[in-house]
Amino acid sequence: MLEFFAKRLATIVPTLVFVSMLIFGLQQLLPGDPAVILAGEERDPNVVAYLHAKLHLDEPLPLRYLYWVRGVLQGDLGVSVRNEQPVLALVLQKLPVTVELALIAMAFALAIGIPAGIVSAVGHGTAWDYAANVFALWGLSTPNFWLGILMILLFSVQLGWLPASGYVSPFEDLRANLAAMVMPAFVLGNAIAAVLMRHTRSAMLQVLSADYVRTARAKGLREPNVVLKHALRNALTPIITLGALELGTLLSGAVLTEQVFSIPGFGKLIVDSVFNRDYAVVQGVVLVTATAYITLNLLADMAYFLVNPRLRR
Amino acid sequence: MAAVLPLDYTTTTPPAEAGPWRRAWRRLLRRRGAVLGFAVVAMFIVLAVFAPWIAPQDPIATSWSAIRQAPTPTHWFGTDEIGRDVLSRVVWGTRASLLAGVVSVSISLLLGVPIGLAAGFIGGVVDGIISRITDAFLACPFLILAIALAAFLGPSLTNAMIAIGVSATPIFVRLTRAQVLNVKVEDYIEAARAVGNPPWRVAWRHVMPNVVAPLIVQATLAVAAAVIAEASLSFLGLGQQPPAPSWGSMLNTAKNYVDNAPWMAIWPGLSIFLLVLSFNLLGDGLRDAFDPRQR
Repeated sequence: MLEFFAKRLATIVPTLVFVSMLIFGLQQLLPGDPAVILAGEERDPNVVAYLHAKLHLDEPLPLRYLYWVRGVLQGDLGVSVRNEQPVLALVLQKLPVTVELALIAMAFALAIGIPAGIVSAVGHGTAWDYAANVFALWGLSTPNFWLGILMILLFSVQLGWLPASGYVSPFEDLRANLAAMVMPAFVLGNAIAAVLMRHTRSAMLQVLSADYVRTARAKGLREPNVVLKHALRNALTPIITLGALELGTLLSGAVLTEQVFSIPGFGKLIVDSVFNRDYAVVQGVVLVTATAYITLNLLADMAYFLVNPRLRR
Repeated sequence: MAAVLPLDYTTTTPPAEAGPWRRAWRRLLRRRGAVLGFAVVAMFIVLAVFAPWIAPQDPIATSWSAIRQAPTPTHWFGTDEIGRDVLSRVVWGTRASLLAGVVSVSISLLLGVPIGLAAGFIGGVVDGIISRITDAFLACPFLILAIALAAFLGPSLTNAMIAIGVSATPIFVRLTRAQVLNVKVEDYIEAARAVGNPPWRVAWRHVMPNVVAPLIVQATLAVAAAVIAEASLSFLGLGQQPPAPSWGSMLNTAKNYVDNAPWMAIWPGLSIFLLVLSFNLLGDGLRDAFDPRQR
């Protein structure tokens, strides 16, 4: 088991190296002198000179990359030119909001996607299967920012049940927090529910035709028992890995959802930074997102290994 | 007495079997969803090409006397915050969405297929390096990478298309590589090598035709993703720039007027939904047509 974990850990090292090169390379896309652009609208010569020295812009590119990596490894992702705060501090400040949104969205996705997939597979070829497939297509084809606007129109403007925007910390007022999060989380979870439904359906269809399921039925077990205890338990294993891959969709979707509902999270930070030409923050957000994505995929792989006894042999 | 076979029985060639492409085409036509998707995509293409003749009004002409007007016989889809005709903007917006979908996926194909072909065909160190770079790109969530690229390149429709195309490239690298690895161990590839074909010819003439089908399916589904991505970037202000119409930027403005002019949000959103749904239906149909076992 340790050998598998060590091997898997070793594979992420080159990926992280290339990710860092990619993100460092983004800076090279800026036309002209990066220090002048990074200095913001005022282009104060002192700031430009400081940035030149800080970013080692007079040094060759590979050396600059090494300086940058050394800073990143020490937790220095640069300083925001907009509010002069360290990028890492800004990211860590916004992260909990997005994590909460993502967790509630994932809960919605699991609560909708997996039962819909089971119903679709068990009722293969029936109206239920057809309805679940229509739901999946709807989820995959609806832009979440449009769904967000429609939900605001219905639940905030027409019915007045939920706030249209804003964020309240759960430590301040849990009820208000949940009221503010329910719509954005549903919007964000909708597309992932569709993907999970498709994965669950396909995994369940495969498992339901296996010999051990036929044996379970032949033993006279009740159908819900067969489906939920014998089939689902085995079908869920691949869904863990595939579900982890949806984390990218979740993070991408959070950018748009936070924009629609004015939630001050990670996604809003990257968009605001883009418009403030705060490139160090943009780089920092991409780096943290990619690292989180790689780490969670690694954890999903390990979980897959742990729950699948055949891989441990 | 033994029956004598007519002479032409032995010389008549058996009826030609339909080729794999023709069989796939027939299977595609049998799928109602795919045919419907194809029809809707065709309708949007007509809208995009003939926008100047179909749009009832100038999409950027403002009218201060018709600000946020609800749908009327003059403005079927209503007007926006500066009195522009929403229907005309939706019709013209089709151009930005379709252009972004097709150009971005073409960029992904032009970059991804040769790189994936090289990785799968050459193997070894080349494959190792390409695979690690692909993993690095895939580690950055698609839209976040596209936002970062569009931010550093500068906001415009062209840069948004480049950003989406580059961000989607790794999927095509991975798909091409996987297909090439499957195909290159086949006997006919061995035979093509044995008769002295140079490697580039084996790759291009013998391997490539066998990996085209999954690429077509992926490209169709990728157009759907690219249409949403362009709308997302325009929604964030990183795509098509005002006053040029695009569905995403229309929704960005519409979200501020959702309480008193909901029609501004309904039509562009519905258009994105319909176009993306149609490409998804077509893509699903093509996948089933090329590989019926996956159904």
